[in-house]
Amino acid sequence: MKNLMCLAAVLIFFIQTAILRTEANIIAQTCQKTPNPPVCLSSLKSDPRSTQADIYGLAIIMVDVVKAKSTTTLNQINQLLKQSPRDKGLIDCADRYNAVLKGDVPEAYEAINVRRRMFALDGMNDAVNEANGCERNFAGRSSHPLTKLNKDVADVASVAAAVINQFG
Amino acid sequence: MADTRPLLLSDPDALPTAYTPLPGGSSSPEIRRIHVKEVLAMFAGVVMVSLLVVIIGNTGQDGNVYHRHNRRDKPMLLAASPTKETATKAEKAEKLQAVTRGMAAGVSEKSSRLYSSDVGAGTPVYPWNNSMLSWQRTAFHFQPEKNWMNDPNGPLFYKGWYHFFYQYNPKGAVWGNIVWGHAVSRDLIHWLHLPLAMVADQWYDINGVWTGSATILPNDQIVMLYTGSTNESVQVQCLAYPADHKDPLLTKWVKYSGNPVLVPPPGTGVKDFRDPTTAWYTTDGKWRITIGSKVNKTGISLVYDTKDFITYEQLDGVLHAVPGTGMWECIDFYPVSKTSDKGLDTSQNGADVKHVMKASLDDDRNDYYALGSYNEKTGKWVPDNQKIDVGIGIRYDYGKFYASKTFYDQNKQRRVLWGWIGESDSENADVKKGWASLQGIPRTVLFDQKTGSNLLQWPVEEIEKLRLNKKNFDKVQVKAGSVVPLDVGTATQLDIVVEFELDQKVVESAAESNEEFSCQTSGGAAKRGALGPFGLLVLADDSLSERTPVYFYVVKGSGGTVNTYFCADQTRSSVATDVVKQVSGSYVPVLKGETLSLRILVDHSIIESFAQGGRTTITTRVYPTQAIYGAARLFLFNNATDTSFTASLQIWQMNSAFIRPFSPDAASHASFTPVTVFIKFIVPFGIFLTLYFVR
Repeated sequence: MKNLMCLAAVLIFFIQTAILRTEANIIAQTCQKTPNPPVCLSSLKSDPRSTQADIYGLAIIMVDVVKAKSTTTLNQINQLLKQSPRDKGLIDCADRYNAVLKGDVPEAYEAINVRRRMFALDGMNDAVNEANGCERNFAGRSSHPLTKLNKDVADVASVAAAVINQFG
Repeated sequence: MADTRPLLLSDPDALPTAYTPLPGGSSSPEIRRIHVKEVLAMFAGVVMVSLLVVIIGNTGQDGNVYHRHNRRDKPMLLAASPTKETATKAEKAEKLQAVTRGMAAGVSEKSSRLYSSDVGAGTPVYPWNNSMLSWQRTAFHFQPEKNWMNDPNGPLFYKGWYHFFYQYNPKGAVWGNIVWGHAVSRDLIHWLHLPLAMVADQWYDINGVWTGSATILPNDQIVMLYTGSTNESVQVQCLAYPADHKDPLLTKWVKYSGNPVLVPPPGTGVKDFRDPTTAWYTTDGKWRITIGSKVNKTGISLVYDTKDFITYEQLDGVLHAVPGTGMWECIDFYPVSKTSDKGLDTSQNGADVKHVMKASLDDDRNDYYALGSYNEKTGKWVPDNQKIDVGIGIRYDYGKFYASKTFYDQNKQRRVLWGWIGESDSENADVKKGWASLQGIPRTVLFDQKTGSNLLQWPVEEIEKLRLNKKNFDKVQVKAGSVVPLDVGTATQLDIVVEFELDQKVVESAAESNEEFSCQTSGGAAKRGALGPFGLLVLADDSLSERTPVYFYVVKGSGGTVNTYFCADQTRSSVATDVVKQVSGSYVPVLKGETLSLRILVDHSIIESFAQGGRTTITTRVYPTQAIYGAARLFLFNNATDTSFTASLQIWQMNSAFIRPFSPDAASHASFTPVTVFIKFIVPFGIFLTLYFVR
């Protein structure tokens, strides 16, 4: 009896790890086909839903990450604008992140849900462009507080686009 | 419908004078006659004055309409702005700063590779001010008053009106919340907006009222089939029809109570089943449609027969399939005549008919067509040339052009093509300007009898009603390496017809080259060859800091064959860094004895160009920041190293099409409004009287 229970426990253990490995494999395989696998892996793994997600679920998670990082960036821009309200670069950045949050992200969500890959790609590719556009506003300035934030958004948005590109 | 009022508005001096002096003095025998003349002359004068009053009254009206649709008052900022300054910033004029580096060419739309990944490039530029964004709106291309548009839907002609429906987002300038917009026109050019035709109000289309097509039955009844995205995001086909067939405006639509009429068949992905075509009538007495789908990476066209558009039987197999092309969206399937210059009803077939099969490829965002033969018995279509099969051969347009759809215009017996022209700018700009996307000018489609292997597309002739102020330029010589300005006045709304002749001696003696030319990888108009590039610089400013070359590039290949390529180059179209900067185009067949010819429609942020009578076309979106309004210019250019050319051009200014919401007492029946009655009857009478006295 004790042997049977031990056997059952071992079997359950192996089955669990097999399932986990498969789920981990989907995430790993998906991330390998993105321009930034480390960012992809960390973004997905930090969301508990990723273990149960198919490619469309992973795409939703990535768009969530884009939304979160864009919100953080916009908040930072607004803070900086309080000190320099006439800074044209900051104003343009605010407009760009406004477009990401009000245009690109909702478009991506809706398109992923109804599997219109083209429009989901539009949303995430544009998010990359807006982040890069904001960063260009500060070219030539030695350092400024938005560099890392812009890069983060561009990174996760390009990963999101690459995940969307893998829709069957 | 010819709108004569704009001409009168712009040239009031064309009117006869309102007052004619009476003959002075009088001798008694003529007294009575002079009294009569006086009265009649005064009457004529009153007629003239009141005509002026009516005209001026109408000026106010139309002038406002024009301005409302051709000038954005305020950019639409969707989010709450962090500070007041952000909202007013749009009203400040931005100073332009030089951008020192050119941008990389890219491959796909809104791809992150497309724009400069070169984040540290040059000095910062914040170009998009209100003036630049407002300028982008077109004068004579179809677009709704605001928000996002994509695919053309259900185009048709019915009871004297052309109808156009389209995918529309009522809530913003991106794709989403899709419903059917609707507009009508007498002439495919002057459009009047109507209320939305269909919204997402049923479980079967709650997640999208997507693309569909109309079929007009022999009894003039209209049926519309469209794709709905259900509450579970399954793609289904639905039937709708006009609520009132006696309403020529077809304002209200009814969805069949038993919808959906088709659901994805077994073996078909529930999200890979959309865009039903116009039906064609088979010899079995059934209506047949095709719907796009895919199996793994093979694009396919499913076929269904129906007698009532309510119950369907799926045919075995597919109409056609091509491996590696991915999902086929917006399939179009129609006959063209091999011998006639007329279009054919969708149900036509026969010995002198070829069938065109067309698909929009989801994978690469381009529209491809192929010519072939349709066998009704087998239910299959076979391409004339497998090497240029659907999706791997010819494109309708080598620029921005997608989800296109034709219809048979029974009014003028022609086949007419609509195409969705998206934006090539950033979402930021679209949100600010409050709109995104255009439709191309409708094009007639004909089989090219001269080559036998492609179609010809040409803007519908009604566009010529917008032509004003023609200028001829005869045999302008342009030497190698030079630029010649063309004085056309305002250069933002133009219809350009041009023919080029190269120096034949130079062409004949040119060395053969192994050059494998492709517009996309050529580096654009700045890259010089022996026999090209040469053409026009459109939307250029005086200093050429911004310009869009539309041009030919001729290559002498092995064996002495001369190959001609036709390209449009966005790489220097704008100093802005967040717009697409590609070189687009293709090989264009040029037959022996033909001159090189171009037609270019310029309409603010869209350039539609047609080479060799429409054998190859390129639609380009451009967003200049300097070459706008009165600063836009037009040039001929010759960047070839060896050959000069001679060009003859006809260039017209183009009037606005005054696209606006429909209103019952407006231009809908222009012939009988008070103004035109006045013009057509009372004015000639008045003029006659005046001239009689002035004698």
